[in-house]
Amino acid sequence: MAESALHDIPSVYEPSLFGTYSKKIGMWLFLLSDSLTFGALLYAYSYGRISTANWPTPFHSASIVNATVMTAFLLTSSLTMVLAVRASVERNAKAQTLWLLATMACGIGFIVLHGREWSNLIAEGLKLPMFPAVPGHEAASEFVNVSKTVPQFAATFFGLTGMHMLHVTLGVIYLGVVALRRKFIPILLVLWLVAWLGTPVYSPFHYGAHVLLIAAIVISIILWLKPKVYDSSDVEVAGLYWHFVDLVWMFIFPLVYLMSAKIL
Amino acid sequence: MDSTQLAIEERVAEEHRHHSKPLFFYVWAALLVMTAIEVYLTYQNLPPVKMLTILLGLSFIKAALIIGYFMHLKYEVSVMRWATICSVVGCLIIMTIFFFPDAFRILHIGVK
Repeated sequence: MAESALHDIPSVYEPSLFGTYSKKIGMWLFLLSDSLTFGALLYAYSYGRISTANWPTPFHSASIVNATVMTAFLLTSSLTMVLAVRASVERNAKAQTLWLLATMACGIGFIVLHGREWSNLIAEGLKLPMFPAVPGHEAASEFVNVSKTVPQFAATFFGLTGMHMLHVTLGVIYLGVVALRRKFIPILLVLWLVAWLGTPVYSPFHYGAHVLLIAAIVISIILWLKPKVYDSSDVEVAGLYWHFVDLVWMFIFPLVYLMSAKIL
Repeated sequence: MDSTQLAIEERVAEEHRHHSKPLFFYVWAALLVMTAIEVYLTYQNLPPVKMLTILLGLSFIKAALIIGYFMHLKYEVSVMRWATICSVVGCLIIMTIFFFPDAFRILHIGVK
């Protein structure tokens, strides 16, 4: 049906080979390249795991429950994103904005839970050499041993989940721009100040929060150069990115968390 | 955006209108159920290789549901479906060819 409908479109140009508009093809190409980035990271993790004796399984049930709730947040955000796309093609602007905000809320929930888990693991001693010591907190010997005896574990864990967390953060910002346009810039700046000033200096999120400032500057430039009202195609393309972030987590969650769960 | 792009965009939007809302809820529920099964299996003390096989199998099913229904690839034209899936699978096969023989060799020899 799709192919036949395509040939009915009158135009001086040839119809698209892929039967869809160029923005969407561009996003698919980006996602294909990004899937290779995550594919390489997951392969590196798997390689490290296979080739390392006594790979640790340090995640207690609290971590597994936390990661499961995070997964539920992401899956729910994908549902709300689909409903936002549907509202956009029905030209229901209010519902579109509300579903986009619901998607962002789920994404922020995921980031907050993930950040809390990172902070707990770092405080207990699972850390990279570049992380400063947490003052006034007794590190658990179990995690200190893991960091010393199998440093690949912390490196691959923080590398893989950190890369994914960055993608989720950028996804929330992307959806914020599509939903609220220029109104999102002051909100993003407030979020940056809260994340920067609300986290202690020894936390990796203290300096990591500057990603939000950089994003605010980039968004300001883009919206100044090309102000526009985002239509259904923009919402659909943003949705593709968001679903991809969800998709990647479907592999990180079992490989990194469930396969490293501590079974008592 | 030229007239071709606008016409294509309108056709894609028209296709979206025909998808029933309950379908998305069914897919979402299926994804949640499979996640719950994964967590349940984690605590069943299965052998690692069997566990990995089941978890990866479920992950691929979940990925297929997300790509097919949420990302709408199931409803794209066949050229689009084949081009995207084949390119990713091809690249992952190349990665596997380069990465895993050495990893399996180490596994076979054993790490001292």
